[in-house]
Amino acid sequence: MKLLTLNFLTCAIKTCKTSPSSFPLHPRDAELEILETDINLPFLKNILPRLMWDELRTITSELGLPELPPAAPTREDLVEPGAQAAEGEEVEEQPSQTAKDLHRVLLETTVKEGKLACGNCGHEYKVMEGVPNFLLPGHLV
Amino acid sequence: MPDYLVRLVQMHESFRQAELQALADVAEVPIEFVKYDEESPFCIVRLPSDSAAKAVISRSLLSQGIYELWGQGATYDALHKSVNDVSSAKWAQYESVPFRFTLDCYRGTRDQTQQREIIESFSYLGFNGPIRMRDADASFKVFEEYGEKASEPKYMYLGRSVAASGRDAKTTYDLKKRHYISTTSMDAELALVTANMALAAPGKLFYDPFMGTGGFPIACAHFGAVVCGSDIDGRSIRGTGGSARKGQTGKFDVRGNFQQYGLESRYLGAFVSDLTNTPFRLLQHSNPASRGGYLDGIVCDPPYGIREGLKVLGSRDELNVQERATHKDRYREPGYIPPKKPYSFTAIQDDILAFAAATLVENGRLSMWMPTANDEDVELVIPTHPCLDIVSVCVQPFNKWSRRLLTYRRRTESEIPEGGLESVKKEYEKGVKADELNDFRRKYFEGFKEFERLRQEPGTDGANYKADDSKGVSGRWREKGGAN
Repeated sequence: MKLLTLNFLTCAIKTCKTSPSSFPLHPRDAELEILETDINLPFLKNILPRLMWDELRTITSELGLPELPPAAPTREDLVEPGAQAAEGEEVEEQPSQTAKDLHRVLLETTVKEGKLACGNCGHEYKVMEGVPNFLLPGHLV
Repeated sequence: MPDYLVRLVQMHESFRQAELQALADVAEVPIEFVKYDEESPFCIVRLPSDSAAKAVISRSLLSQGIYELWGQGATYDALHKSVNDVSSAKWAQYESVPFRFTLDCYRGTRDQTQQREIIESFSYLGFNGPIRMRDADASFKVFEEYGEKASEPKYMYLGRSVAASGRDAKTTYDLKKRHYISTTSMDAELALVTANMALAAPGKLFYDPFMGTGGFPIACAHFGAVVCGSDIDGRSIRGTGGSARKGQTGKFDVRGNFQQYGLESRYLGAFVSDLTNTPFRLLQHSNPASRGGYLDGIVCDPPYGIREGLKVLGSRDELNVQERATHKDRYREPGYIPPKKPYSFTAIQDDILAFAAATLVENGRLSMWMPTANDEDVELVIPTHPCLDIVSVCVQPFNKWSRRLLTYRRRTESEIPEGGLESVKKEYEKGVKADELNDFRRKYFEGFKEFERLRQEPGTDGANYKADDSKGVSGRWREKGGAN
């Protein structure tokens, strides 16, 4: 499971959903793995405004990953300021260091084993072979 | 805008126009249908330019290619006159270009001599370039359309090839060659069509809540989207449940499928969850501070409760104090399996719509498959939601039943009617058994009884069915409602 997924996930328990402390889920005893992939600039640009930046910073600091800048970057920050395109010529955009760092954190860092804990009710969801299990036990449905 | 001729495939008829429209939406070009008929594989559309035509068709599964229309007519005399009227200004451009000239007869054939005669009859175009059957710079085609069992064509067209379709993907993603599948995997062609309908494209984020072995996410990733999925059965994702293929053993999982197609970089991951207790962050309309949606598209083929059981988390009967205590004590044990109960089919449809409304971005798409018993076709019960617009409804008929692909668009905030969100509480089927909860399931199995009776009466529909059966599965699909 790539770290970006944590930007969309909360506790599965319905009564927790309305509580702000159910997001983000807190990784515990996480075993991380880096899976290198090609950078996908259009995707990063598209997803950027949908990131919950402060919560994302919480997750990375809890995992002991390099600190993210305090303010979310803008779309312009993701593109290397390159040479001006000549008239009528299209220059392919190059990802900036910010984009590369973001790609590293969101799309290359994966949680392989561990737990995800809800900050509201404390329920822990297990991650096995990179697949978290959000099925609730009988007494919590 | 110039006219283009699209050579469609003559199957999945009700999906074809919707697919072209969706592809024009992805490419952000206007498309106008000039001539379209369910019975014909030839469709005339208006598009702004060759590059727009190419952008639209290169992802299409249900067409073979797009051609600049050079003329049309019901007889060769009419066609030649039309070619002269429509395209004479373009002839000179191709005077010395390497070219190829071929014939495509739908429901008819021409022998070599006749083909030659027809092609020669266009000699007035004045092409003097070398003839190249491979890698020609310009490729021209005469299309003939025949009526059923007719000896002479009823209509013809001349077109210059602009672009081929993306139908090759059907072969690339063929289930027969896929590493890991399950019993209810959607065939590659329709999975790719579904991804097209939902406007999967580079940069977008897609999700499948009933992923199984990942057929839909793979189809969306093929078109460039970044995908994730979930399933209530973790074994299908991790591949510990074994393969559906006879004799296949070893480790096969969804990740392996992505690796097979080189799409791993677009696979965000999967998780085990139940849609009625989803871990996804949901948009709360009552709380303005909660941000908007974040999924660009949702594609799914939910379990109908026939081949795959329709179950959600929960217990058939309310747990008593003691049982609750047992679950509480035991759930951390490694072998613990959460209890599941059968669920209402209409309820899951509405749950999917509510989920889509709470997670899709504005103008994001939901494409989902749903069955409809054939005899119910008269009153289609298509689920609706105040936040979603129905974009298209495409039907795939089978022998005794049919299913359809429903595509919805998430309305923008300003389009949602006032008070529309005070969700209408619906009454669902009550009961605890699968049959009591699922009308479709009950009809499906009752249908089999009726079908058995027909088979035993020779000379009635039953005999027809046997004849049809020799055509195999795809033959029966094409035969629209043939066996009914």
